[in-house]
Amino acid sequence: MFKQLPDDNAELVTVIIEEQSVKVPSDYSVAAAVLANWTGPSRTTPVSGAPRGPYCMMGACFDCLMEIDGVPNQQACMIPVAEGMSIRRQDGARGVEI
Amino acid sequence: MSEPVDLAIIGAGPAGLAAAATAVELGLKTVVLDEQTEPGGQIYRAIESVTAKRSDHLDILGSDYAAGLELAQGFRASGAHYLPQRTVWQIDEERNVFASGPNGVEVIAAKRVLVAVGAMERPVPVPGWELPGVMTCGAVQNMLKGSSLVPEGRVMVVGLGPLLLLIAQQLARAGADVAAVLETAPLGNYAAAMTRLPQALMAPGYIAKGRAILAELRDRGVALRRGVADVRLTGDDRVREIEYRWRGRSRREPVDMALLHQGVVPNANLGMSLRIDHTWDAMQRCFTPNVDDWGNTSTEGILAAGDCSGIGGALVAEWRGRLAALDVARQLESIGAEERDNRAQPVRRDRDRHMLVRPFLDTLYKPRHDSLAPPDADTMVCRCEEVRAGEIRQLTTEQNCPGPNQMKTFVRCGMGPCQGRLCGLTVVELMAECRGVDVSEIGYYRIRPPVKPVTVGELATLEEIDAG
Ligand SMILES: Cc1cc2nc3c(=O)[nH]c(=O)nc-3n(C[C@H](O)[C@@H](O)[C@H](O)COP(=O)(O)OP(=O)(O)OC[C@H]3O[C@@H](n4cnc5c(N)ncnc54)[C@H](O)[C@@H]3O)c2cc1C
Ligand code: FES
Repeated sequence: MFKQLPDDNAELVTVIIEEQSVKVPSDYSVAAAVLANWTGPSRTTPVSGAPRGPYCMMGACFDCLMEIDGVPNQQACMIPVAEGMSIRRQDGARGVEI
Repeated sequence: MSEPVDLAIIGAGPAGLAAAATAVELGLKTVVLDEQTEPGGQIYRAIESVTAKRSDHLDILGSDYAAGLELAQGFRASGAHYLPQRTVWQIDEERNVFASGPNGVEVIAAKRVLVAVGAMERPVPVPGWELPGVMTCGAVQNMLKGSSLVPEGRVMVVGLGPLLLLIAQQLARAGADVAAVLETAPLGNYAAAMTRLPQALMAPGYIAKGRAILAELRDRGVALRRGVADVRLTGDDRVREIEYRWRGRSRREPVDMALLHQGVVPNANLGMSLRIDHTWDAMQRCFTPNVDDWGNTSTEGILAAGDCSGIGGALVAEWRGRLAALDVARQLESIGAEERDNRAQPVRRDRDRHMLVRPFLDTLYKPRHDSLAPPDADTMVCRCEEVRAGEIRQLTTEQNCPGPNQMKTFVRCGMGPCQGRLCGLTVVELMAECRGVDVSEIGYYRIRPPVKPVTVGELATLEEIDAG
């Protein structure tokens, strides 16, 4: 969905998105990494199973909830990537109750 | 409990950064907490990294963005204690500030708290806005600033406001294929705004900048279609097409991404959780906290500054931040009232001069009623709990649902993780429309802490930190 502008100074890290290993700049958020390597919805909703993707990228909408390193309901747009991080789409699980 | 700091500032945008630098200069022990990894807030997001690592991108983002570096440097040099990647989710009555971050949960006690959490983009409930590939303009700008990412394929920029045009310009510069800017401001807004233009011209720079952006979009061949209505997005696992009305005809075009924007509104949840009194702003269609000239709110010891205290733009945010810090210094007796007033005088003058542009912008970019209260029954209103406009209308008119809090218990709208950030304003506009009353009579959701989800595991890490 997104392409990278030339950036020669970018330090890269490897993250695993749905079993696929990809290299992304270390200052990406998890949501940025997913949008730059889009293969399908980053989550499906608990109510109807509808596909969703990140919407606001500033922590307001919670539509970017994903499973990161095995922990569900993580706000992918607010979490920086890290070497070896495992990122998975979140299927249906209801968001954290507050 | 460790010794309280003098001032805890929530938010490292222009308001928080300026407030921090001023507060430290006046001898206040100051802590700044912010969710992002770097100082800058929304406007100057990633300003330090962009300047240091990819300065060629400054040409894309423009000189107003580049100017933010000075503010960030001033803040770094001030010696204020900076805690990045901290999400503040509660401030209690004793002004203990609770935040989650890389070290788990931390608590900071403060004599005064300045809420400087900025604005968020107004929800844009059009059919299909929940599809992947539909994002806000600010979201995409954020990715351009923070990650040098540019949307791929055929992009439509849809909505209204100064930011809509600025972001279209930045995207075009970055090489995105911006098929068109579809502006949804009613054409009548243009005539109405004209009477405010002379006053707006007294605010330095704004109108000239707007004109320059329009000229550049034209030169770059980006079509600007004014008076667009009835926007609808369709697709399957992502957006594929956009439908809209323009010049009396319905159109349908393929798109790869649709970027929506209907202006910005104060980021209100934290302030509301502190029981700060808010007033409905009928022009800007949002709730704004009641503040005095310094930013003091109705809740003791809590101040608000920047766009969260009413939309004024980045420069005004900076000045409001300074004014708040000056009054805190007076309250804590580091300076007297006279010194405060002397220091405040030029700041107030700049602030007031720059605010002169707001009535023009507010009139020109007042959203259409159907952008606020979607007419189509199937339009998603609450994205978290998937509640649609038709349900809100039906519950209001047929079941006499009395207010937004009761609506929550009826259909769970506002009960999901976003806590109503993306549905609250739409729900109250719909209810007001159905009842034929002003939104001020409807009110808003009661917001309780925590304003961001906290897990039991995080709570277990609760520790106090000495921010010294
Ligand atoms: C997405 C977006 C993009 C924008 N881009 C521009 C632009 O390019 N040009 C322009 O002129 N205006 C822009 N604006 C308008 C913006 O409101 C500016 O006027 C300016 O950034 C306001 O400054 P501020 O200090 O009031 O708030 P902000 O700059 O928004 O800073 C607030 C800070 O508070 C932090 N925060 C919020 N809630 C919490 C919390 N609970 N815990 C911890 N930290 C928190 C945020 O991370 C943010 O860094 C944008 C607004 C948005 C929403
Ligand atoms: S994309 Fe909106 S919260 Fe992450």
